[in-house]
Amino acid sequence: MSARADILSNIRRSMGVNGSERPRVATVEERLERAPRGVVVERGRGSKEERLALFVAQAKGALATVVEVESRAEVPAAIAAYLRENNLPARIRRGDDPRLEEMPWADTALEISFGKSDGKDLTAVNHAFAGVAETGTLVMTAGHENPTTLNFLPDYAIAVLDAKDVTGDYEDMWSKLRFAYGKGGMPRVVNWITGPSRSADIEQTMLLGAHGPRSLHVVIVKG
Amino acid sequence: MPENSAARPIRVGLFVTCLVDLMRPSVGFAAVKLLEDAGCKVEVPEQTCCGQPAFNSGDRTAARDIAEKTIAAFERFDYVVAPSGSCAGQIRKHYPELFHDDPNLAPRAAKLAEKTHELVSFLVDVLGVTSVSSDFTGEVTYHDSCSGLRELGVKSQPRLLLSGIPGVKLVEMNENEVCCGFGGTFAVKYGDISDSIVSKKTENVTKSGATTLLAGDLGCLMNMAGKLQREGKTVEVRHVAEVLAGGIDAPPIGAPAEAAE
Amino acid sequence: MTAHPTSPRFKDNARQALDDAQLQKALGNVRVNFIERRAAVAAKLPEFEELRDSARDIKDHVLAHLDLYLERYEEAVTRSGGQVHWARTAAEAREAVLAICRRVGAKTVTKGKSMISEEIALNDAIEAAGMKAVETDLGEYIIQLRHEAPSHIIAPAVHLNATQVESDFRKHHTHLDPARDLSQPTQLLTEARTILREKFLAADVGITGANFLIAETGTSIIVTNEGNGDLTQTLPKVHIVIASIEKVVPTLEDASQILRVLARSATGQEMSVYTTFSTGPRRPGDVDGPEEYHVVLLDNGRSAMLGTEFQDMLRCIRCGACMNHCPVYHAVGGHAYGWVYPGPMGAVLTPTLIGVDKGGHLPNASTFCGRCESVCPVRIPLPKLMRHWREREFERHLSPATVRWGLGFWAFFAKRPKLYRLATGLAMRALARLGRTKGRFASLPFASGWTDHRDFPAPQGATFQDQWKARRNGRTA
Repeated sequence: MSARADILSNIRRSMGVNGSERPRVATVEERLERAPRGVVVERGRGSKEERLALFVAQAKGALATVVEVESRAEVPAAIAAYLRENNLPARIRRGDDPRLEEMPWADTALEISFGKSDGKDLTAVNHAFAGVAETGTLVMTAGHENPTTLNFLPDYAIAVLDAKDVTGDYEDMWSKLRFAYGKGGMPRVVNWITGPSRSADIEQTMLLGAHGPRSLHVVIVKG
Repeated sequence: MPENSAARPIRVGLFVTCLVDLMRPSVGFAAVKLLEDAGCKVEVPEQTCCGQPAFNSGDRTAARDIAEKTIAAFERFDYVVAPSGSCAGQIRKHYPELFHDDPNLAPRAAKLAEKTHELVSFLVDVLGVTSVSSDFTGEVTYHDSCSGLRELGVKSQPRLLLSGIPGVKLVEMNENEVCCGFGGTFAVKYGDISDSIVSKKTENVTKSGATTLLAGDLGCLMNMAGKLQREGKTVEVRHVAEVLAGGIDAPPIGAPAEAAE
Repeated sequence: MTAHPTSPRFKDNARQALDDAQLQKALGNVRVNFIERRAAVAAKLPEFEELRDSARDIKDHVLAHLDLYLERYEEAVTRSGGQVHWARTAAEAREAVLAICRRVGAKTVTKGKSMISEEIALNDAIEAAGMKAVETDLGEYIIQLRHEAPSHIIAPAVHLNATQVESDFRKHHTHLDPARDLSQPTQLLTEARTILREKFLAADVGITGANFLIAETGTSIIVTNEGNGDLTQTLPKVHIVIASIEKVVPTLEDASQILRVLARSATGQEMSVYTTFSTGPRRPGDVDGPEEYHVVLLDNGRSAMLGTEFQDMLRCIRCGACMNHCPVYHAVGGHAYGWVYPGPMGAVLTPTLIGVDKGGHLPNASTFCGRCESVCPVRIPLPKLMRHWREREFERHLSPATVRWGLGFWAFFAKRPKLYRLATGLAMRALARLGRTKGRFASLPFASGWTDHRDFPAPQGATFQDQWKARRNGRTA
């Protein structure tokens, strides 16, 4: 017997079932279809403004830095300013997310390269799919628009987030994702990112920048 | 639940616990005093042990045999009270588990479990006692024994009663909810580890500055007292019931009988 | 290392650990940090206890339908272009991984932290097959240099201090300038980051574990703070996930419920830094990500735990809260347990995986203080499960003869109240007379495990029951 058949039949023997019982199958189908939300966390239930404020507070609590701008048009300048303030070269790498594409990068002196990172970039910019207020978590989806490597290889990760994409909790975010990708459809990777990379593996001392970015900067577009 | 009316006082079967029975009867008499002061009629049926040592050593048969005796001895009372969270926890939480597959004993075990309580939580939670009269004076710290704390929720009740005694000052030690390392046969079978755990406990006790250490379980108390004495520490160790009942004439745990006389 | 458990020598291991001053100092960190952080972050979430119930219920639901969810999960993985490999045993799992590595001609394999990898001793197998395995979690990397097993399931190097790490780096990173200052943890981190960055970029295969597998979407989830897992799985051509069968949950919502209690219970964070949901290999148009995505699904005795008194153990989400709160773990650390899984969860799981004849000490070395159960995010009744092991040992006559004899002797009297009163009445009076002057004994022949370390209080004299009876009869004892 194949390992697969063996394991499944062991499970069924232990449970005293054969796998084709209608009620069991129906229970499973129903749960997968309905995807119940379970316990709802009250802190995510606030108004749009409260959600945004909670997101900002929680992201900062996780040691991200946050700046809010009024419109998409202000993003390149805000990023240029962030790089200047941190004495970083005016150079970024990014994907071809249409929301980033339409921003007036030419108004700044930023030198821009495109596509995935080879590990030599100091700074990269990705556009977030969403933000989750309850823990200040960014939600990034993989693709050529926002290459996954840009979230992890640069020392300084910058994420652009539309305020309208901030959900109260994870469940609302999943609803939004299902709406975008279809039920059961998933981007190749969904990254939840809550603050910059860190490790406490040496003497329980928390240090930033273990393998991923030492710093995470979030630019929130309010308009 | 029976009411404490003049017509019929609450009949309490005191499960004195084997350790108190053998090692420190004064705790049993303190428990009797506290219960009688609260209006209970206390009886002590012939008894041995709750069976926990067998249960925790994996000897389910012996544990059941002993538990069956305990059920028979105590089921006629309105309540069963023990000056121990561990033994009360054994009856309350584990007797039903021991007999879950026995159609005759399961209901009897469940009934006994329901009316069995640790002494101090019985006084406070069931009888509604809010203060006791005790002449004890001193700075005390209270160790939360594991079974009482985690199986029965004994935490605030001893503190409530202690804080009402005029001569008592309660100071909390660090890590008061951490195990003292007793664990029944564990203290003997894994003596080295038990020693390491109790050493941390006595360090916390000493650092608290209290002159008396209290707890609600004699096993833990003997362990902590034995360690404090081996370390040459002068902290006195007593069961919380002795302090709540007052009028103490027994020397602290592990202290010479002559010293108190 | 994992092939040869030292669990049967638990007592010796423990003795060594207790005498290791450096280890004792390191364990002091566990005792304070993890506990305070968890308590603080749990207090900030009013729904925390309710979420623990929810997490328990989800896992119970999955276990009751495990066969069906595994089938759905496999279908979804296949749909997304990935491949599932089923492995009955550790050997089959190792072989599944090696077969993939050989096929793609792998030279270097990077690894995210995975307890399943430890369970199946994967690194040894990779090395034996002539490939290089590189652990990338900082703690795992450090212990790999030392050829040690993790001493904690989420903080593998928690038993070490910075000086030891520095000397390991100097020994293995031969390019290091001896004059370079590595005295601070931050300098050690920078050194590890530099070294491992090269490994990430050079790796042919990346292996990660999984915290959850999602039946609905065929997704695997990893949770890290460092980002090493993401670099491990994103940069090489091939990503292999190794996970045990009980990791599956129905939906994204179910995973989210459990994620809310995972980091809070583990590190005391509201959420770990990186929670990554991976579904299949690189897609058309993608500029990065692996070209192949494989999942090795391991049983290794788990299917046989279903329907037994140990089934609850399969709810475990490997957060480490039980060991963080365990007085025995605080005393001896993780290595004393002698195999992959330490602490209370290890005391239950290890005997199922290596046999109770080898792992029998572990469920006995517990005070049953219950603190592990009180913090377990999926409410596993750990003391009860340890007790079930003790019952099996007792039934199989595996408990030591002295213990059995002593217990039998005591039970004989405990079952006979009249005889008990007679015997104890005499014994206590005698013992009380012996101990009267000092009030205690510094040594007792039958309890040296006790009196080696602490005094034994002398009994007061006549037993309570004798005194009570005398009092009722109108006289004093």
